[in-house]
Amino acid sequence: MAQQTTNKNEWPLWEVFIRSKAGLDHKHAGSLHAADAEMAIENARDVYTRRMEGVSIWVVESKNIHASDPGESESLYDPANDKIYRHPTFYNLPDAVKYM
Amino acid sequence: MTVHSFQEHFDKKIGSDVSIEPRDWMPDDYRKTLIRQISQHAHSEIIGMLPEGNWISRAPSLRRKAVLLAKVQDEAGHGLYLYSAAETLGITRDELYDQLHSGKAKYSSIFNYPTLTWADMGAIGWLVDGAAIMNQVPLCRCSYGPYARAMVRVCKEESFHQRQGYEIMLTLSNGAPMQKKMAQDALDRWWWPSLMMFGPPDAESGNTEQSMRWRIKRLTNDELRQKFIDVTVEQANILGLTIPDKNLKWNEERGHYDSGVINWDEFWNVVKGNGPCNKQRLDARKNAWADGQWVRDAAMAHAEKRKARKEKAAKAA
Ligand SMILES: [Fe+2]
Ligand SMILES: [Fe+2]
Repeated sequence: MAQQTTNKNEWPLWEVFIRSKAGLDHKHAGSLHAADAEMAIENARDVYTRRMEGVSIWVVESKNIHASDPGESESLYDPANDKIYRHPTFYNLPDAVKYM
Repeated sequence: MTVHSFQEHFDKKIGSDVSIEPRDWMPDDYRKTLIRQISQHAHSEIIGMLPEGNWISRAPSLRRKAVLLAKVQDEAGHGLYLYSAAETLGITRDELYDQLHSGKAKYSSIFNYPTLTWADMGAIGWLVDGAAIMNQVPLCRCSYGPYARAMVRVCKEESFHQRQGYEIMLTLSNGAPMQKKMAQDALDRWWWPSLMMFGPPDAESGNTEQSMRWRIKRLTNDELRQKFIDVTVEQANILGLTIPDKNLKWNEERGHYDSGVINWDEFWNVVKGNGPCNKQRLDARKNAWADGQWVRDAAMAHAEKRKARKEKAAKAA
């Protein structure tokens, strides 16, 4: 019923990323609807940073996010599984060696 | 993978407390249950603004007004976190609103009671937000990732809500006899509906068992209700107010308070739409949505126009 007409007018969905303080990465905070990027940033300030949770906001329209397929995660991450030599603990050095 | 092995994989994750994320395979009923619960929760936050919004312009001081305004704004935020969590399950915001406005979706029946005096702002913060916190803390460990993360955010903000309410009650209880009477009257009216917020007794709650198995719920309705009673009795004593239940008594053996029987007929009657304010609340919400239509349309038209202008300028350059 009303659904088709309302969906057509629904403001697009945006994903919000927030840098909680200088020196840290932006982290996904959630999503919201807004007519454009500027409004998305303003809304993100009101919705996700009412208590100074952020010093910088990124917004990305959700349709522009590309994600890996969880069904394929086994084959996607499999090549990393057998490469334990990428970790420092793989190497046995004499105790006498310091600062390494 | 076959459906069978998908199910097995899902069960294994639930069994070992690994979160389910939006793009993971999940059983249809799990998805449906979550949409129902999360959207009901979101609607409660949104409708929940109305009884308190009623007193913003009549708060007794500038400090109380600023606090109430901030609290109501938080509740709007909670609604928005939860709507976006529900949307990750494949339902649109407009569909969610339609379900609320058509009466298909429910919201917490506590918000269908009127806020008659300023003391109600105290009782709501103390009892209603207090009960909400009891419900919400275990949900921070819910199996569905986006819901759990939204609840962590909500819980961080809730504790100020309860404390500001209790502070109002404290001020009134230590005030003139008329003020203390007002506080007692608010407690009398909000106590039982607050206990009903935990939902029907376990024996009659059809969804509880499956929800516990899926780790959407971690504690039963009756367990949460008992926890709430146990902590709240002491808080009422500090205020010097009396909880309106003659059967309330410490049970040494159980290590809990025993309490009187809840009037479930009243509960179901309010759920069915016959509470004192059901119509008023839903009308206010529907009118706000309808009255805002031109604003949403105008913002969209403006955004499209700006985008078209930018594209034209880029082409010309
Ligand atoms: Fe809330
Ligand atoms: Fe609250």
